[in-house]
Amino acid sequence: MIKKEMIAMLLAGGQGSRLGVLTSKMAKPAVSFGGKYRIIDFPLSNCINSGIDTVGVLTQYQPLRLNTHIGIGIPWDLDRNIGGVTVLPPYEKSENSEWYTGTANAIYQNLDYMETYNPDYVLILSGDHIYKMDYEVMLDFHKANHADVTIAVMPVPMEEAKRFGIMITDDQNKITEFEEKPEHPRSNLASMGIYIFNWKTLKEALITLADQPGLDFGKHVIPYVHEQGSPLYAYEFNGYWKDVGTLESYWQANMELIDIVPEFNLYEEYWKIYTKSDALPPQYFSNESHVEKSIIGEGSEIYGKIYNSVIGCNVTIGKDAVIRDSIIMSDCVIGEAAAVDKSILAEGVVIGDGTKLGVGDEAESDLNPKIYNSGLVTIGEKSVVPANVEIGKNTVIFGTTEPSDYSGGRLESGKSIIKAGDGR
Amino acid sequence: MRAIGIVLAGGTSTHRMKELANHRAVAAMPIAGSYRSIDFALSNMSNSHIQKVGVFTQYNAGSLGEHLSSSKWWDFGRKQGGLYVFTPTVTAENNYWYRGTADAIYQNLAFLRNSHEPYVIITSGDCVYKMDYNKVLEFHIEKKADITVVCRDAADLASVDRFGTIKMNEDHRIEEFEEKPIIAKSSTISCGIYVVRRRALIEMIEKCAEEDRYDFVRDVLIRFKDIKRIYGYKTNAYWRNVASVDDYFSTNMDFLKPEVRDYFFKQYPEIYSKVDDLPPAKYNTGAKVRNSLIASGTIVNGTIEDSLVFRETYIGNNCYIKNSIILNDVYIGDNTHIENCIVESHGTIRANSFYKGEEGIKIVVEKNERFII
Repeated sequence: MIKKEMIAMLLAGGQGSRLGVLTSKMAKPAVSFGGKYRIIDFPLSNCINSGIDTVGVLTQYQPLRLNTHIGIGIPWDLDRNIGGVTVLPPYEKSENSEWYTGTANAIYQNLDYMETYNPDYVLILSGDHIYKMDYEVMLDFHKANHADVTIAVMPVPMEEAKRFGIMITDDQNKITEFEEKPEHPRSNLASMGIYIFNWKTLKEALITLADQPGLDFGKHVIPYVHEQGSPLYAYEFNGYWKDVGTLESYWQANMELIDIVPEFNLYEEYWKIYTKSDALPPQYFSNESHVEKSIIGEGSEIYGKIYNSVIGCNVTIGKDAVIRDSIIMSDCVIGEAAAVDKSILAEGVVIGDGTKLGVGDEAESDLNPKIYNSGLVTIGEKSVVPANVEIGKNTVIFGTTEPSDYSGGRLESGKSIIKAGDGR
Repeated sequence: MRAIGIVLAGGTSTHRMKELANHRAVAAMPIAGSYRSIDFALSNMSNSHIQKVGVFTQYNAGSLGEHLSSSKWWDFGRKQGGLYVFTPTVTAENNYWYRGTADAIYQNLAFLRNSHEPYVIITSGDCVYKMDYNKVLEFHIEKKADITVVCRDAADLASVDRFGTIKMNEDHRIEEFEEKPIIAKSSTISCGIYVVRRRALIEMIEKCAEEDRYDFVRDVLIRFKDIKRIYGYKTNAYWRNVASVDDYFSTNMDFLKPEVRDYFFKQYPEIYSKVDDLPPAKYNTGAKVRNSLIASGTIVNGTIEDSLVFRETYIGNNCYIKNSIILNDVYIGDNTHIENCIVESHGTIRANSFYKGEEGIKIVVEKNERFII
């Protein structure tokens, strides 16, 4: 009989709407990060590095990019005879067909998958954080405490605690109470959305709560388990952990990678991050090029100047172009003498010669000030920006644009041109 | 598929490769930042839809072992066919090393016998080129040839004396074939790529073995050239053999030319290699890179000009690297000057060092203690 001590269930169906156009064609876990990676590479690499070789990836929102990225799991060594990675989309049932209505509901709908592996423990992960964590150490903690559920927590500054689910623990790390986004937090231990469940506890809770609409771990399952008197423990994690849920934090986390000794070090030999490599060749620098404080992916050709930026694979930067404080994802082409300032360019964007991005003063976004509020120019995937136009701050461009879309050759700060996607 | 493949990767070139051959086979030489020379032959096989390939290794075979530990990078991990590595072995009948290329094939004749494909493509693992072998095979069939030899003009090559020279008639039939001539009669050279019918190859190889002859070129091609129909398939595409220090250096430097990069990296089909999962290259303040290729996992603090830097290398502050090749996993301490050199992989160069190749290319092998974490 097949037996796996611990299997992982990775929630990757979320849209991540606060990333704006970056997620209009792909789920948040599929968004590029750090030049050559995608966000989901971090939890997947953590799994294999922690000795977990059975991972169910739950997809729902725009799954194409995730599916092609994960494939049969070769980059993470998750192509296995028994176990390995399995993509689990919602499916039709004889009656009551439904989407995944909540985090725990998604897991509930895949009880059969988990049952196949006869696990002792189930690790619940989300696919939208940047961190390196040894889940095996967390499991040891779980076993040592004879816990039914262990929740990974992270100390956050007290003033930020009200944005998180907060755990209140005794001196044995046992959770006594918890509060979801409390007005006046009594602890600064924030839940990281990483749980280890005893399989029996999880199964029993999910079946009991099956009819709860929008079944959610934080809102329903954890309180239920706690009410039943099961021992819950908090596993404190003090390493680097970054939520990249907003454009500002996404940009920030990318920029942290270019520090001299970054807090989040990709160059460590013993905790490699794996990804599907689309490109192998080295990167080329021409005689006129200049590069400073940047990381650059494979196969890129640099003829221009780059400062403080994160550049993906197979990117071409034209002669005399100047890139500053920007994220340029794979397969972009930047025209000659273009200027790119504090911008995020999704994959396959083409910028015409002489075009200037990020000029002028900031203005409030007329598209969605809640998303586009950090002065960034955000350009969705495969967009085309014509030559010799000027684009202001807090702007959004998505789709193939023509010179006629830019009145007076300008896109003023705060404005947007959306010609592709769902028109968000 | 109509053909199986054989890649000859066992040769020694110690005198021509100098220290670079101490720990590796020529077929394992790193090329163009991210590849090894055998990747080109293997990718060509895979891209020509040849699914069953035997690699014959002998000299420093271990250096290829790691690279070939999985065949999935070239898409040979299939139910049909696969990648077979043949290293000399002792059997009940035989306890010799491979005494030559023909002997290597003879000792593994079962590989040929047990296949069903009618043709065999033979190539060597130390050449940098892109080729659709099916084109050669079509030519071979059209000419009703017994053996087809891929050849090219040597005009743009630095040296001819390392290769076999060929003289053909108007019908491309080979009339003369000289191996490594002292005075070359022809400027057309063999690329070491052959197409033969499998049964004919078995026959010829067996005949060689009976007579204690061991070399494919001397004892098959040259010996049978008047009896068998041997044709030359001429190509003008990029092709370089890297089995000498100078050729190795200049072939790598060729990748600084945009047309060469475009041909190998941008044009379909691709060249594949083992994926190393290294982070993107990082450029700190003070980095200055001019006309150079930099592979992933590298951290640059100094100046690099007209050079190739392979994977996982660290270039210290205020370094000056010029017209050089830095192989994998080299640590270069601060204020170091390196010019006209090939720095051997896994080396550690102390700060404030000075290396310069005065006449030709200098090979730098420095195995100092590395104190960084």
